[in-house]
Amino acid sequence: MTLVLRPGNSNCGGCGMSSALQLFGRAVEERPVQLVVPACCGAVMAGSFPYATLGVPTVLSTFASAAAVATGLSRVARQNEEATRIVCFAGDGGTYDIGMATLSAAAERNEDVLYLCYDNEVYGNTGGQRSSATPAGASTTSTPRGKIEPKKDILGILAAHRIPYAASVSLAHAEDGLRKMRHALDLSGFRFLHVLSPCPTGWKSEPALGLELVRLAVRSGLYPVVEIHEGRRLRINVEPDFSDEALEIYLSLQRRFQGSGIRAADLRPDIDRYWRELRARSGRIVPAERTA
Amino acid sequence: MSEELISANHAAATAAALAGRANRRGRGFLSGLYPITPSTECMELLCAQDLEKGQVVRVESEHSAMAVCIGAAAAGARTFTATSSNGLAYMAENAIAAALLRLPVVMMVANRTLGPPWNVWADHGDSLLLRDAGWVQLYCADNQEVLDSILCAYRLAEDPRLLLPVMVCQEGFVLSHTVVQTDVPEQEAVDRFLPPLDLRTRLSAEARVLGGIDSPHVTEVHRAQHQDAMARVFDVYGEVQDSFQAVFGRRPPDPVVAHHAEDAETLVISMGAIASTVDRVVDAARARGRRVGSLRVRLLRPFPSGLLARLLRGASRVAVIDRDISLGLGGVLWAEGRAQAPRSALVQGYVTGLGGGDPRPSHVEAILDDLAAREASGEPVLLEAGT
Repeated sequence: MTLVLRPGNSNCGGCGMSSALQLFGRAVEERPVQLVVPACCGAVMAGSFPYATLGVPTVLSTFASAAAVATGLSRVARQNEEATRIVCFAGDGGTYDIGMATLSAAAERNEDVLYLCYDNEVYGNTGGQRSSATPAGASTTSTPRGKIEPKKDILGILAAHRIPYAASVSLAHAEDGLRKMRHALDLSGFRFLHVLSPCPTGWKSEPALGLELVRLAVRSGLYPVVEIHEGRRLRINVEPDFSDEALEIYLSLQRRFQGSGIRAADLRPDIDRYWRELRARSGRIVPAERTA
Repeated sequence: MSEELISANHAAATAAALAGRANRRGRGFLSGLYPITPSTECMELLCAQDLEKGQVVRVESEHSAMAVCIGAAAAGARTFTATSSNGLAYMAENAIAAALLRLPVVMMVANRTLGPPWNVWADHGDSLLLRDAGWVQLYCADNQEVLDSILCAYRLAEDPRLLLPVMVCQEGFVLSHTVVQTDVPEQEAVDRFLPPLDLRTRLSAEARVLGGIDSPHVTEVHRAQHQDAMARVFDVYGEVQDSFQAVFGRRPPDPVVAHHAEDAETLVISMGAIASTVDRVVDAARARGRRVGSLRVRLLRPFPSGLLARLLRGASRVAVIDRDISLGLGGVLWAEGRAQAPRSALVQGYVTGLGGGDPRPSHVEAILDDLAAREASGEPVLLEAGT
């Protein structure tokens, strides 16, 4: 196992990005990997010059540029017949927002790059402003009364590029996540992994409860755990029980949802609609409606 | 060496391809490119080249074009991009990053004014936007100089004593689309001039962070190192000139190109293609017995202060012609160059040729007349030369 995240880093306690990197390190094993980290919490984590918190060679890029810098690294590696996996490790701001055009273009060119987005649903480095990954109802420093708009369907956007592989990873389902990370590392072409990444600082939640929050998000259907091959074949990897109670607990354990007073019942219709789409795309015969 | 009828865009693409192929025994060549008038043709021609262990990535923006170069240079490849105007402005963030990461990227800028309002014609305002960005900046006066400068640029950029990105600038349309006879060197000669890039600082298997966080003190040290590297450019450029002459039989121009400057009482300082118009006026004035000379600043960064001061020593009147304006101040060349003139000299700034205004010999004559009639220098004069 490659120790991608070394001890002594400055991440907050309970940081989901740390957990994602721990899992990723297990997936990497002995594979040669180079990372590109745009401006995000990951760049702060990488450490102060000349020290390195990350255990693999890393380039820190400008905010919007991870997928293009990775393109340069990857093309030169292939040109020199090197098997080095080039991996972008980017937050939601650098993926959903400022880096979207760069990401879309690299996906369209089907660059030989694995892009991992750790999504903490907020601009963390700058102290917690809304991004387009922030869910409806969440208060941030720039949406003090709660964000109105729902978050972008990032996996759908990437799947629409018909890239070889796009998948969501649950940190609470480590074996499924590990399998996906290994699969993505070994494929060629553009691969995208989305990791819901609890942020105790931004979510105003207990640091020890991060993985439990992810489990509740998966169980309630809020965070679908799926994989999409070639933009067509969709597989649902974890079957939720669509528990409203789980959704209610998920919301109540995070103070970011308190200001807006958003409740499970407010979210349920959108979750149900999204799951109907997922079922249709997965091609599996399953109940179209949830029964109470 | 073969003579070809080509534009400066074509010359730039040819030079980049020659330099790229020269690294085929190294880690190869990569170019991120995005079209913008008037540099587009350079992109198109490079996309049509057989690059031999080299590729062009057709990206979605200039910002990503430079990002691709950053990644490729970090991986040890030779890199190139070309742009103009708003493309350069859009690229600025990553151009600065390439410099601060000390990556030897080479870029051709076909100079064009900034907009909107849109105007595709030349002035130096776009590349001067990045004069403080840590790039070496060369300004060319003809197509041959563009081709030669790009080859020299790689030698400068990749020299372990420098490790600085280099921008080779040429005025859009004036040079970029003007077809003239140009000597195109053979690959074998370029191979001798440009050895494969061995970038010791490149990303390898070692766990290391390129671009990690700097404390205030580390930033101070990094800037001091960058400034020191800039100061070494003059000596290294002299070596590159010698080596270029040995291989190709012609000498690339000096950082400041002097024309009848030795005994001149009146000197005209300019940059880029306007200098060739100035030189013609100087020749005519000399024929009438006037002691006039011309200085063309070819290397703007690092700024050749010492060289300029030496060349200006005997001048009593100096006109500085800028094809750019730092709004609220005046011409950049005037602002930077006037301090190098003797205290007793009268130095007057003139701004002309913005947005493709075409300064002709009559404009330069008017500048000389104005300079001769002055009792003191004043605010920069904005001289319209457009149609």
